[in-house]
Amino acid sequence: MSIGPAWYLGLAAVLFAIGAIGVLVRRNVLVMFMCIELMLNAANLTFVTFSRVLGDIGGQSLVFFVLVVAAAEVVVGLGIVVAIFRRRKSTTADDLHVLKG
Amino acid sequence: MLHAAFLMPLLPLAGFVVLLAVGRRVGDPWAGWIGTVAVAGSFAAACVTLIGLVHQPATARELTCSVSCGTGAASHAFFTWIPVGGLQVKAAILLDPLSMTMCVFVTGVSMLIHLYSIGYMQRDRDYSKFFVYLNLFVFSMLVLVLANNFLVTFVGWEGVGVCSYWLVSFWFHRDSAASAGKKAFIYNRVGDVGFLIAVFLIFSKTGTLTYLEVFAHRHLLAGGGAATAAVLLLFLAATGKSAQIPLFNWLPDAMEGPTPVSALIHAATMVTAGVYLLCRANPLLAMSSAGMWVIAVIGGVTAFVAATIACTQQDIKKGLAFSTVSQIGYMVLAVGTGAYVAAIFLMVAHAFYKGLLFLGAGSVIHGLEDEQDMKRMGALRRWMPWTFGTFLFAWLAIAAVPPFSGFWAKGDILSNVYAKNLPLYALALLTAFLTAYYMSRIFYLTFTGKARWQEPAPDGSPAHHKPHESPWVMRLPLVVLAFCAVFAGLIDLPWAHSVSLAAWLDPVFGNRLFDSHQSASVQIALAVADGVVAVAALLVAWGLWRRRVDRPELEPDFLQRVWYWDNLYDAVIGRPGQVMARTFATVVDARVIDGAVNGTAALVRSTAARVRRLQTGFVRNYVLGVALGLVAILVFMVSRSWS
Repeated sequence: MSIGPAWYLGLAAVLFAIGAIGVLVRRNVLVMFMCIELMLNAANLTFVTFSRVLGDIGGQSLVFFVLVVAAAEVVVGLGIVVAIFRRRKSTTADDLHVLKG
Repeated sequence: MLHAAFLMPLLPLAGFVVLLAVGRRVGDPWAGWIGTVAVAGSFAAACVTLIGLVHQPATARELTCSVSCGTGAASHAFFTWIPVGGLQVKAAILLDPLSMTMCVFVTGVSMLIHLYSIGYMQRDRDYSKFFVYLNLFVFSMLVLVLANNFLVTFVGWEGVGVCSYWLVSFWFHRDSAASAGKKAFIYNRVGDVGFLIAVFLIFSKTGTLTYLEVFAHRHLLAGGGAATAAVLLLFLAATGKSAQIPLFNWLPDAMEGPTPVSALIHAATMVTAGVYLLCRANPLLAMSSAGMWVIAVIGGVTAFVAATIACTQQDIKKGLAFSTVSQIGYMVLAVGTGAYVAAIFLMVAHAFYKGLLFLGAGSVIHGLEDEQDMKRMGALRRWMPWTFGTFLFAWLAIAAVPPFSGFWAKGDILSNVYAKNLPLYALALLTAFLTAYYMSRIFYLTFTGKARWQEPAPDGSPAHHKPHESPWVMRLPLVVLAFCAVFAGLIDLPWAHSVSLAAWLDPVFGNRLFDSHQSASVQIALAVADGVVAVAALLVAWGLWRRRVDRPELEPDFLQRVWYWDNLYDAVIGRPGQVMARTFATVVDARVIDGAVNGTAALVRSTAARVRRLQTGFVRNYVLGVALGLVAILVFMVSRSWS
């Protein structure tokens, strides 16, 4: 049994679902960050898979953009997390509901 | 010599600018002298121009204007004020016998009253400001008179209006003065609407506003009542400015201003602007006999009504103010009968004797330290001989006693009215009787009888000090004006045909002038009637007022309160206006307009109060929203691609 594109897509779907559920149910900001990374990488995997299937290098090059953006996002995000941690001594997302209507 | 015409308006303007710049610094009395010299220069320029115009052949005098005072077309105007397509309004002047006649007496009387004001306004807080306004007034009046089109006349018209407003409320710290200024301004606005609509109408029909062109194309106004409408609208403007029924009762209130202002603006010059406008527009008037009738009747009725009121006033200035309304009523009556020359004749004579009367009254008020109630005067001839002597001549002149100027001027009007319409003549003759009567009453109460100022007033205010005669700057204008008031009749004697005001003004009025075709015997009979009426009134007043002060039966409340005219306006316009304003304030504004604004705000707030619940502050809720949205989009796309 060869491992076809469907496997990769399935894996990507599973990873994405794990990431999405993680963001939804976890309270810890760092874990939520990791889940977001998981979703991004699921998307990357999908890109690479389709790039392979369709023989179009565009999908793979787009992955680099995603990686760069993800890295930048982590920098900013962790900066914010550190700033919050200094003030609050906690990284629980639900404590931060100042924007509540 | 006609070039000097440009100096006439420019010198007072220069005086205005200089006084505005340095007036406060030079102060009392030099600011007054600057103003006086500027107007004196204007008077000299007017005289020079007049001589220049007299030397023109009579045919060239017909509305000569610019042609002879410039070298080419460009110099006709100072500049083109409004160049808009077909509407070319030039700031140009029109020199013709009519405007020159006005200019000479306006600048002359203004000069004398400026001189008088130097003394009268002495030690006033706003001494220099007074002359700023006064010079601006003279400039505006000359613009009004000299303009060669309706629009520039309107500029001058508004200019004198606003100067009148400032000067009436000159002592604005007094409530009565402030509200009198407002009253004058608002009444004039009503008239100005008529002026503007008339100008629009004339422009829409003839396509021009320049007097000569409008008159040349006046046939375009014929038909459809356009001419009558234009005449009546111009007359509405005149009723506002010249204080005729129905807009006359601002003038008595305007007496709150300083007395030189009453003399200059509210007796001699500005209030005659309406009559001037009608004379200027005489070719249009000639096209509407209905309009002429309205003018004549209103003029005659105003003259009579105002004269009856003048018989009962206690305030010397108010009495003179109603007298002014009455005299202008005569002028308007003359215009309505087509006797324009008689109107101008009375205007000139009136400027002299009414200016003099006001200045004399001012001298009395000055001497008695701001006492205006005639019942507290009396016997002043012993203490103020100059004022008494000059006032005497003015009194005889306005009472139309021969041979003073009023006799000739009023006689001219009366004989024309006699030829035109007998009931109006009867009314005018009755008014002449009343005129002589109320003036005599004022004269006797002020200068003869007992010295009532020596006793304390019934209301408890203390007796006055001994009155003092005014300084020479105030006496000199009195003397000069008295001379003019006595001899002004010479300019248009009935038997002088070649050298007279009528011949001089002939180019302006031409065959539109009403010709009464009266035989000499009729004229003499009418003149005798005038003289007899005047002398009889003098004697009646002598009998009634020489010794007594209180005659309540001759001063009914109805007349003292101006035929309840103000009450009528109050009931018809004032009160409903207030009710309407209150309704709008409490109902429309508070409920409808505020309701709409507040309702919008309340709607937004209640919606927001509900919608804000969505904003929980928990990140997971937002993420859930994003995830659900994503699912929804996917479901939508997938369902589209399957079907």
